[in-house]
Amino acid sequence: MTMSPDVPFRETWSRPPFIKRAWLRWTLYGGALLYLALAIGSIEVNWTRVWDGLDRGVRFIEGFLVPDFTSRWEDILVGMEESLTMTVTSTVVGVLISIPIGIGAARNIAPLPVYAVCRAIVALSRSFQEIIVAILFVAMFGFGPLAGFMTLSFATIGFLAKLLAEDIEDIDESQAEAIRATGAGWWQIVTYAIQPQVMPRLVGLSLYRLDINFRESSVIGIVGAGGIGATLNTAMDRYEYDSAAAILIIIILIVMAAEYLSGFVRKWVQ
Amino acid sequence: MLRLTNLSKVYATGDRALTDVSFTVEPGQVVGLIGPSGAGKSTLIRCINRLVEPTSGQVHLGDMEITGMRRHGLRRARRRIGMIFQEYALVERLTVMENVLSGQLGYVGFWRSFFRKFPPEAVANAYRLLDRVGLSAHVDKRADALSGGQRQRVGIARALAQNPDLLLIDEPTASLDPKTSRQIMRLIVEICDERGLPAIINIHDVALAQQFVRRIIGLQSGHVVFDGSPDGLDAEVLTKIYGEEDWSATIRKTDDDVDEDLADEGEPAGVVQETEAARRERMAGLT
Repeated sequence: MTMSPDVPFRETWSRPPFIKRAWLRWTLYGGALLYLALAIGSIEVNWTRVWDGLDRGVRFIEGFLVPDFTSRWEDILVGMEESLTMTVTSTVVGVLISIPIGIGAARNIAPLPVYAVCRAIVALSRSFQEIIVAILFVAMFGFGPLAGFMTLSFATIGFLAKLLAEDIEDIDESQAEAIRATGAGWWQIVTYAIQPQVMPRLVGLSLYRLDINFRESSVIGIVGAGGIGATLNTAMDRYEYDSAAAILIIIILIVMAAEYLSGFVRKWVQ
Repeated sequence: MLRLTNLSKVYATGDRALTDVSFTVEPGQVVGLIGPSGAGKSTLIRCINRLVEPTSGQVHLGDMEITGMRRHGLRRARRRIGMIFQEYALVERLTVMENVLSGQLGYVGFWRSFFRKFPPEAVANAYRLLDRVGLSAHVDKRADALSGGQRQRVGIARALAQNPDLLLIDEPTASLDPKTSRQIMRLIVEICDERGLPAIINIHDVALAQQFVRRIIGLQSGHVVFDGSPDGLDAEVLTKIYGEEDWSATIRKTDDDVDEDLADEGEPAGVVQETEAARRERMAGLT
């Protein structure tokens, strides 16, 4: 061991900075700050309009405080039924299509051409926001829940296939290697070494997507894709904030119930 | 009988892992493969069942030439070669029985394996093997519920469920305590004796190797630098394999209570590189 009692060790230490060159570091930080200041300065706020809007906001909140479930109950019921049907069917169909695409989009198990095609499908599905897809499908299939169902199925593919593929890429490879060493074929490796590792997450993600699809179903209704969103939109257009409040409350309750249920199921499949 | 002829491996990164490795393993013979980390031990056993593709040379098992085989033939060859791993490599979320039966995957079609409908004699054999390794009480447990020693026993049963002609064993005791390590080594050697199975065991622990195997091959930078009886491992040979060090405590004592802690001191550079390259290539074989 080397010991040098004459030279004392330094008593200060600081963490090495993330960006080593000092001038670059300060330029980047300063630039970001300057951009933020300019960006905030460029936002135009019409304060008189804000003042007028406060009044409407108060009416909305007042309506929210006394929700009216009864006068539009029939419409709410029909919309809710449509939304729930749309949610469940689109999630099931979306998940079923996502699984093969997700497997194909995992670089560690799919050959390159399959990988490229599956990644392209995922990218296509992810690059369009649900509303835009819904507008397209409404134009293709007309108003109503069919367009909503198509939209949500399409969006589910991008979401689930991507996350499934990433989970497959993160598996413990030694388990796959061990199964391969037994002389198993590709499909056997998928079902014996990969499926058990990704199943809990797949179930969790599917339930999460069910939740998202329900919330989305209430949004895409606004552009004509049916469901509770359409009912909500009508209520808003008629300034019936009390009915709108009732609809929002029901949506919140259903989302909460879904959340609780999915947490329970996820713990159970772990 | 296993015969390696001039086996060499150069990874895509340019790292030379094995150079002209040749040796023969007779039926029933258990060979301990020792050498420093990065010497190519892991690459060598994976070149035998081509989880890693050798660059040149031949591997013969019985009358099969494994190195010349195409996809389908290779699967048939692999099912005759059982493999046991360092971190057990069990499928954690499957039951003990499913893990053992997965040794039969090379013999059974996809749908039968998917629905877990294995042939009755395979199931009976799996029960027999679990009894042999002392795990009859844990058949329906999930693999991740077992202790390290128990998991390695499942690993052994899985390898035997293949009805192998050869066992490749990669650091079977590296994650186990000294007592469990000895039990596992004893079990492996006993089973090889019972079945007349040849085996190659990669092993870090020189003392453990000396205690259980009758032939040792020393690997250093991809070259075979020693091949002989454990009694031949003197300070000079150990220095040739591992480099300069005080070997007096490691050289075989007459009693069994040999000093343990030789491992994990000063890993040579290049270790990480080699295992990373190996890992990438192993997975690449899946596609």
